[in-house]
Amino acid sequence: MNRILLGLTLATITACAAYAAGPDLGAVTQSATNWPAIGMFLFFVLMTLGITYKAAKGTKSAADFYAAGGGISAGTNALAIAGDYMSAASFLGISGLVYTSGFDGLIYSTGFLVGWPIVLFLIAERLRNLGKFTFADVASFRLDQTSIRIISAVGTLVVVAFYLIAQMVGAGKLIQLLFGLPYLYAVIIVGVLMIVYVAFGGMKATTWVQVIKACLLLGGATFMAGAVLFKYGFNPEALFAASVQVHPKGDAIMAPGGLVSNPIEAISLGVGLMFGTAGLPHILMRFFTVSDAQAARKSVFYATGLIGYFYILTFIIGFGGIALLMSDPSYFKLGAAGTFDKLKDMIGGTNMVAVNLANAVGGPYFLGFISAVAFATILAVVAGLTLAGASAVSHDLYAQVIARGRTTEKHEVNLSKISAVVIGIVAIYLGYVFENQNVAFMVGLAFAVAASCNFPVLAMSILWRGTTTWGALAGGLVGLISAVGMVVLSKAVWVVTFGNAAAIFPYDNPALFSMPLAFVTIWAVSSLDNSRRAQRERAAFEAQFVRSETGIGAVGAHAH
Amino acid sequence: MSSSTLGLRGGTAPPPSRNAAAAVDPQIDRIVRTPEFQQLVAERTRFGVILTILMLVVYFGFIGLIAFDKSLMAVKVGGGTASLGLFLGVFVILFAFALTGIYVARANTRFDALSAALKRSVGQ
Repeated sequence: MNRILLGLTLATITACAAYAAGPDLGAVTQSATNWPAIGMFLFFVLMTLGITYKAAKGTKSAADFYAAGGGISAGTNALAIAGDYMSAASFLGISGLVYTSGFDGLIYSTGFLVGWPIVLFLIAERLRNLGKFTFADVASFRLDQTSIRIISAVGTLVVVAFYLIAQMVGAGKLIQLLFGLPYLYAVIIVGVLMIVYVAFGGMKATTWVQVIKACLLLGGATFMAGAVLFKYGFNPEALFAASVQVHPKGDAIMAPGGLVSNPIEAISLGVGLMFGTAGLPHILMRFFTVSDAQAARKSVFYATGLIGYFYILTFIIGFGGIALLMSDPSYFKLGAAGTFDKLKDMIGGTNMVAVNLANAVGGPYFLGFISAVAFATILAVVAGLTLAGASAVSHDLYAQVIARGRTTEKHEVNLSKISAVVIGIVAIYLGYVFENQNVAFMVGLAFAVAASCNFPVLAMSILWRGTTTWGALAGGLVGLISAVGMVVLSKAVWVVTFGNAAAIFPYDNPALFSMPLAFVTIWAVSSLDNSRRAQRERAAFEAQFVRSETGIGAVGAHAH
Repeated sequence: MSSSTLGLRGGTAPPPSRNAAAAVDPQIDRIVRTPEFQQLVAERTRFGVILTILMLVVYFGFIGLIAFDKSLMAVKVGGGTASLGLFLGVFVILFAFALTGIYVARANTRFDALSAALKRSVGQ
């Protein structure tokens, strides 16, 4: 059956590719460069489907499906973590932000990176020592299985949903632009492929797809940044000087601009980015794929290096875009008399800076390569999200809450595969529905929910003896509801989407308020909770503490 | 790697107790009382907290400067085009990476040695 489905997927993709070559493309200027992109993307898909086929044959147990049998090495896991983090949004979005505002792009890069040391110092090793497949395993270690699994699974699914919608809509638009495929086709291809990766290959396929994409993306970005620097004699100062010359904002691009106008807003964004990283379910899952706490720790170190390197590359690429594209009219939609606005009229919008720069430094084949890599990036990220969501449904909600532990491993894994298919279909549907909506705030919202619900529940249950089930449940709910509520009442949704006159909540980023609210609630409710269960849970902290600190009794690499 | 530890929470077949920590293990008490354990926890906790605070200070210091003193961030370094803010931003990235490196180096030597000594003394 696996073979037939794989075949069908291939047929669908080939058909779509053929469609792309049809007469519809006549008006699109990129049509001449589409073939290398589609060819390279097809090659990537074939390779990843091959890996999925191999992974599917080796995936027998639940440990294989959720955690790749615990046999992933620290280096491989680091690439997979970095891959999860280097989404198309950060590659195209941050280089585009650097192109329009210069320095301000760096503010986002640093915010996304500084969460990693926190993950390492507070979470990574303890998570590996206590958990098995999902972070709910850890949060519910000594607390009530039913309540804590429910709040963790809800937190996971909310984060996954917002993240997925943003990625699906981004994928549709990007592929429409790069390959000339209709939006709906693009969304369906992404949805179908992610279902195949996750449902057949589980964590093994998801990890290797991520690793391949991370290597391609890092390689491509390195080449591009290298080519830019080469033109300026490997002297960044010369690149900056050339950029300031041609940018309409001139020297202002070297200084902070309008991105951080309000200190509270800036700090709230920082809190969300920093602590949200420590609560993203698809990232936390990766710590269960390595053999032990040492490997978990090393993978964060390598991943931090890779991600930091990548952000420095996007910064150079953004400036390369300024210096090399801004004075070349062929990358812009020209107005009357051949005039164009350097910041607004770029072909495909400023998110296409990296893609257009690929053409400028490497010609049409390199453009095709970067386009294929951008598509592959989206695919790999949505596959990781789907697996995290499917695990929350099958391992947390079904096995522990509904079946109350009375189920078989095989049954649980099958349910996970079905969940992956359902999540994929829902994602295609949501991608379709949200096509013309403003989804830019959704990744920020996903980080805010992760920082305000998942992270407090996880951190308090591991680190504070006094945490009880009631406390964690109440705190998680308060964090979740306040983060979502504040975003709904903020400008991005209340004014832009609902059309009200003024925002009720004055900031775009809620984490500065919602995260402390969650921590205080966990502390207060736990302190007031003096039930028999609460006393039992506090008494059980000792055993959890020993295992989290030493790894004695932890789940090892899984036998095959 | 050992697979003998799998039994503790292995599989999803109904375990004797649905809560892994519910079973009272006399060994836990013994481990907690060993000086090795207390030293490991005290040292690692202190080290982790210090590094976390350093990261928070550096990052929110950077954001604070952007928010409150934009003109300082715009100051040119060495008469060139690159501004102080740019150097500080790249510094934050390198600092974060360096901190994780310092933690891993310390954990690989000191904490792992303490952990190994603990496991020997409790006969694991």
